Amino acid sequence: MSAVYKKELRTHLNGMTGAIVVAFLLLMVGIYTIVYNLRGMYPSFETTVSAASFLYVLAIPVLTMRSVAEEKHTKTDQLLYSLPMSMTQIVLAKYFAMVTILAIPCGVICFYPLILGSFGNVRYTTAYAMILAFFLLGAALIAIGMFLSSLTESQVIAAVVCLAVLLLLNFMSGLATLIPASAPASLAGFLILALLAAVIVRIMTKNTTVAVSVGVILAAAMVLVYAIDASLYENAVPRLLSATALFERLNPFAQGLFDVTALVCYLSTAALFVFLTVQSMEKKRWN
Amino acid sequence: MIEVKNLVKRYGDFEAVRGVSFTVQKGMIYGFLGPNGAGKSTTMNIITGTLAATEGEVTVNGCDIYEDPIGAKSAIGYLPEQPPLYPDMTPEEYLAFVGEARGLRGDELWRAIDRVVEKTGLGEYANRLIKNLSKGYRQRVGIAQAILTDPEIIILDEPTVGLDPRQIIEIRELIRQLGRDHTVILSSHILTEISAVCDYVIIIARGKIVASDTLENLTKQYEGKNYIDLTVRGEEASVRRAVESIPGVEEISVDPKPLGLLHVRIATDSSADIREDVFFRFADAKMPILSMEYEEVTLEKVFLELTGEKADSQPAVEPPVNAPQAEETGEVPAEEETPAPEPEAIPAEEPAPAKQQKAKKSGDDDDYTPLFGG
Repeated sequence: MSAVYKKELRTHLNGMTGAIVVAFLLLMVGIYTIVYNLRGMYPSFETTVSAASFLYVLAIPVLTMRSVAEEKHTKTDQLLYSLPMSMTQIVLAKYFAMVTILAIPCGVICFYPLILGSFGNVRYTTAYAMILAFFLLGAALIAIGMFLSSLTESQVIAAVVCLAVLLLLNFMSGLATLIPASAPASLAGFLILALLAAVIVRIMTKNTTVAVSVGVILAAAMVLVYAIDASLYENAVPRLLSATALFERLNPFAQGLFDVTALVCYLSTAALFVFLTVQSMEKKRWN
Repeated sequence: MIEVKNLVKRYGDFEAVRGVSFTVQKGMIYGFLGPNGAGKSTTMNIITGTLAATEGEVTVNGCDIYEDPIGAKSAIGYLPEQPPLYPDMTPEEYLAFVGEARGLRGDELWRAIDRVVEKTGLGEYANRLIKNLSKGYRQRVGIAQAILTDPEIIILDEPTVGLDPRQIIEIRELIRQLGRDHTVILSSHILTEISAVCDYVIIIARGKIVASDTLENLTKQYEGKNYIDLTVRGEEASVRRAVESIPGVEEISVDPKPLGLLHVRIATDSSADIREDVFFRFADAKMPILSMEYEEVTLEKVFLELTGEKADSQPAVEPPVNAPQAEETGEVPAEEETPAPEPEAIPAEEPAPAKQQKAKKSGDDDDYTPLFGG
């Protein structure tokens, strides 16, 4: 595993993507710090980092786009498959290499509160809690980007799709308010999700019967629940959507709260998408 | 060493491999022979755990490739059809990565790298970026990667594709060397290559094994006979009488043809060439020979016959994982593959076309003006 980790790290650093991401994040966070804290005389570093989290939308796709897609494109994945290692080890090594790259700017950012401290009072605990949450958010987003990269052979498609997904996640809480919150509307929303699930099952299994039955069972269950207690559906789709708003979960930290649920959410998102990446790689062998 | 049982691989509705079974013994060089799209690469990918089979079983050194993939994979060095190289690394870095990933550390790793660099003749190229290497040298890096950990089993998928003739000879020599203390499986659609290197040949066509034997047995079994086809004017009985007594004749078949002609097919053992005898016998019997064709059965003919269209009518399409060579002709001339010249060789040849062009230019003014004098 360490061999793959070292190789990945070297690829990121030699191949510029790592350097670009580190430089970009440091430059932009530096600008935010100057604008908010030094020029704006705003005492809270948490707010600065929270605002800077938008930078991930641009930085993460660059970092993750080639992680798996490029291996598929150059057929070097055949080497990975033939190594005496489990796919989980290989994917984790790739993942940790990218997280290590992200840790570089986050590590440098840790000095900023100290620098600011020489100009006035800085709440160090909340500032560092925020940096930790910022780092874990990045780690979760890297897992998502890596998974998207494992779905395609093209770096460009991986980057564009990742950018779109992160942008959507960033705006999610805003989008959630646009969606009608009434129970029937939510039921309709869930029925569309059931249809989507059936389509995905059809694509993955190429078996129409299974797909149709999955769709019908899901839809029937939803209608049944609706018939029993329609109030469960009140506001359900907006709530579901805002649950996926990963960026929003930094808000408590910006207000000086240490929100453990947010950290757990980031870690579990990362674990889920690492798992999905492993599955996506394994699936390729079964095609 | 390797046991393959009833391997089946389906891509959607297409069956790339249809019930392949064979056993590989220790210390031999096995040749996997078949036309493009026969299922060679797919089978090799399954043995190495790169692909999963739809049905069937593969055991390597007693480890099932699904139950204990790590045990099975650590006994195998594999060069896929397209060498899996990272273009932004040097061969040395790349080999260090593969070695570490396969569990070599420190001194042991560097000794292994030095050994394979020397064996594959990478030498001065070991510190250049792989993306700047020619196809032949990339292939060598791929082979170096496969033999790096000195695995018991070495699987090479078309190892000499894209090499120049000198390199092909070198690589074949290397494979022969490896065969002394390793089990080697190599695939090729070039018959001469297989017959030059391998002890045991497995011929595969349209996803099925059509022949599997040692090279000598195959040659003996199929190369035993030569054929002479004749068109003669005469009587069947007198034809038989004339031919039967020629030494070396094993079989005669006579078919009547229109206009009182006979088609005679004579099988002889491979050592005998009886064409002259046949001519004089028929001349003595006053039976004119209108045509005579001599057919030598070579391993190549056997291969063509075994893998040809008549064996099975299902068209074979290259499965999507493999390289995009979708042509399936059933006939694979042994020497079809002319190795591409090495890129380094091109600059040396460049002056020639330039000179030609110049010569043409001066000649353009007047076709009849001699270049010198006049």
